Amino acid sequence: MPELASKRRPEFRNIHVSQIVQYRLPLAGVMSILHRISGAGMFLTLPLIVWVFDMSLTSELSYAQLTELSSHWLVKIVYCGLAWAFIHHFFGGIRHLINDVHIGISKEASPTIAKGFMAASLLVSALAWLSIFEVI
Amino acid sequence: MSSATNFGPKRLVVGAHYGMRDWLSQRVTAIVLSVYSVTLVTAAFMADEPSYYGWAGLFAQTWIKVFTLVAFVAFTYHAWVGVRDIWMDYVKPVAVRLGLQIFTIVWLLACLAWAIDILWRV
Repeated sequence: MPELASKRRPEFRNIHVSQIVQYRLPLAGVMSILHRISGAGMFLTLPLIVWVFDMSLTSELSYAQLTELSSHWLVKIVYCGLAWAFIHHFFGGIRHLINDVHIGISKEASPTIAKGFMAASLLVSALAWLSIFEVI
Repeated sequence: MSSATNFGPKRLVVGAHYGMRDWLSQRVTAIVLSVYSVTLVTAAFMADEPSYYGWAGLFAQTWIKVFTLVAFVAFTYHAWVGVRDIWMDYVKPVAVRLGLQIFTIVWLLACLAWAIDILWRV
């Protein structure tokens, strides 16, 4: 009995924030957490997005003011962030919908599908960034 | 479900099916938003030269006004479910969570009202 008492059973708890870096998240998990981060980002910047929509439509003058403002590199970086958030959320969302109908949830298929959607998300984001900086 | 079958293995153990309804609404609104996004991006690219008259002309049409309004409403519900999920996952104190949920609703409804106002000014 004394030896039983001294031997502590391992306790499994939820991951603490400080332990996050020690865990290797599979690509499907990376896609998933980025889906949440991009969604939260768009939620928090929603008034900014609506303001840009307002400026773009209210009058010819406000449109010109917005065009002027949008030529600044710092504003372009904000646009790049928003474009990534939207594009990632779009492709990540389609992946979630596919998984919802039980396609690609096996151990083999899940990382393959995640890889495909991650590649699509990054490729379209890269095109959007080049377009924002008027390279293409 | 009639009360006659509300016992044994068929007994209804939860009341309102909030979870299922919100889960499904988030998927349905996601489909609406993805179709709207593709439509808007296509319509924007179809314009030859980006200009105020091209952009405002697009939003002056009734079909896009209606589609945009539907997308705004879908967005509001979609974001509500998603942000509420974040608060439910990470914020445990009930008072703080309630406060954040109220903030989320006000934030989303205010943006929705503003967006509708913009849309109907064009």
